[in-house]
Amino acid sequence: MTTLDILLNVLVSGVLFGSIYAVVALGLAITFGILHIPNIAHPALVIMGGYFVVQANRFGIDPLIAATLGIVPFYLLGMLLYTFYANTFERRGRAEVLQSLTLFFGLSLVIEIFLVLVFGSELQSVSAPYIGTSLKLGQITIPGRLLVPALLGPVTIGLLWLYFKYTNSGTAIRAVAHDERALSIAGLDPAAVKRRAFGLATATAVIGGAALVLIGPIDPFGGRFQIGRVFAIVVLAGMGSIPGTLVVAIMLGIAESLVSSYLNPAWSPGVAFAILLAALALRPQGLFGAAR
Amino acid sequence: MTRNSKIFLAAALAVLLVGLLAPHVLKNPFYFFAGYVILQYVVIATGWNILGGYAGYINFGAAGFFGAGAYASAFLFNTFDIPLWGGLVAACLIGALLGVLMGYLTLRIQGVYFAIATLGLVIILETIIHNIPALGGARGIVVYGPPPPAWAAGPSQYMFFLMLLIAVASVSLARWMQISWVGRGLRAVRASENAAECSGVPTLRLKLLACAASGAVLAAAGAPYPFYTSFVEPVTVFSLLIGLNAIAMPLIGGTRTWLGPVIGALLLASTQQIATITISSELNILFVGIVLIAFVALAPNGILGLVARRSRETPR
Repeated sequence: MTTLDILLNVLVSGVLFGSIYAVVALGLAITFGILHIPNIAHPALVIMGGYFVVQANRFGIDPLIAATLGIVPFYLLGMLLYTFYANTFERRGRAEVLQSLTLFFGLSLVIEIFLVLVFGSELQSVSAPYIGTSLKLGQITIPGRLLVPALLGPVTIGLLWLYFKYTNSGTAIRAVAHDERALSIAGLDPAAVKRRAFGLATATAVIGGAALVLIGPIDPFGGRFQIGRVFAIVVLAGMGSIPGTLVVAIMLGIAESLVSSYLNPAWSPGVAFAILLAALALRPQGLFGAAR
Repeated sequence: MTRNSKIFLAAALAVLLVGLLAPHVLKNPFYFFAGYVILQYVVIATGWNILGGYAGYINFGAAGFFGAGAYASAFLFNTFDIPLWGGLVAACLIGALLGVLMGYLTLRIQGVYFAIATLGLVIILETIIHNIPALGGARGIVVYGPPPPAWAAGPSQYMFFLMLLIAVASVSLARWMQISWVGRGLRAVRASENAAECSGVPTLRLKLLACAASGAVLAAAGAPYPFYTSFVEPVTVFSLLIGLNAIAMPLIGGTRTWLGPVIGALLLASTQQIATITISSELNILFVGIVLIAFVALAPNGILGLVARRSRETPR
């Protein structure tokens, strides 16, 4: 293999990892980017989604079908979480951001320990026919366990983008981010719209979980390593820009792939945070967001 | 000096005296071994509260500062034979520097971003230490501390008294920051940052000062740790439990005053010390997580807030 082939392989795996990061970050792009709820429990919910897929896979259900089946229960779970959140904070008057951060921090711990207590702390994995296979395009090799979850990224994001752009309930969610009062004057209940959006965000967690568990085995604490990455993506994408999420996630995937191939794999966990810190210091409005 | 400050000084001296005399009454060194951890959390909770409580900027990365302090003192002792006191001073400086750096990068934007960036600090520091062979990498460093001085009854008792000194110093610093112009300014920042800025409060400078003080105290809590366990490795000193407790303890006690974190730390850390003997560490984290959610949802001003509300409601 020539240097160029290696570079091409590195770039391709960066793009694949990036689209997977996009699915994981998508829920946060909705809750944090659109609703301004700092849901740091989202990565833990993604891992919980992964466990759902693993359990379904035990009965011989394909991970992709399992993820589709999981959308409804996770949607309901998200609505429940939002109801608890709204009763705790929004009824009290102003939702204090820092206290809700603490609430979600506590929630993510409860989820992690719940998974440890029920399923144990060992690694969990799934089996599917395409996991062992790989696709060869010239000098570029694409393993199936990366290609399939990577396709989930553009597909999920495309569907969500269509939903936000062309349906009435999608428009309502975008409207609630802009002006809650105007929405209630127009005869819609902002709390119900937000509950729906939060449910939708949580439903994406099970797809993200399926993507993660397809790449490799997961354990209950896997969400912690995703927190920095997902927030970096959401902030850099410019708070709530859905197509921006995909673009930024792919850029981050390429950066991490370059660092771990040409420097040292041990440094790659720091890449997302280093980029996030640089972004916060230099361009807080994100790459695709309007200045606020 | 006001009357309250005189009472505080007398109480602080009394606590130190009791700590000095306690080994002559309690013979079992385990009490001091467990007491050290409780006091360590008093320092951590107090340090966190300077920024998190007074200014309302939530720091999820307390473990990053703690770990930096622990590694600073361990490295200085093993490489340059610098005693613990020197390591403590160095840890404070490093903690303050980290705090200012952190604050400078994120404080100008918004509180949420600060909180997220602090989550990253722990992972970045852990990654760096994993990759530096001089700091032991993933294997950690063994520290053979010197024997305790002759006046101390044993190593546990000596480390306990040392931590008591750090705790009294940190609480005094937190109290001074609360009652002085610094505390008034930070309360204004917490209430409304724009209004504070418009009335001439130097908000950025005050926040950076709070970051530095908070970071220094958090790192000071970590500095004696390698001498206490004779061993440091990345996973324990950057443990999530430290960052979690740092938030939970002030929140349970009450974040508005210096007394809140002390009460919260004494309560929660003693419960955990009893709990680690009887239940697993997973249940321990679950317990703290649930307590945290319950307090945020039901009593956002902590135990002191509940007490204040009770005394206001009862007619006098």
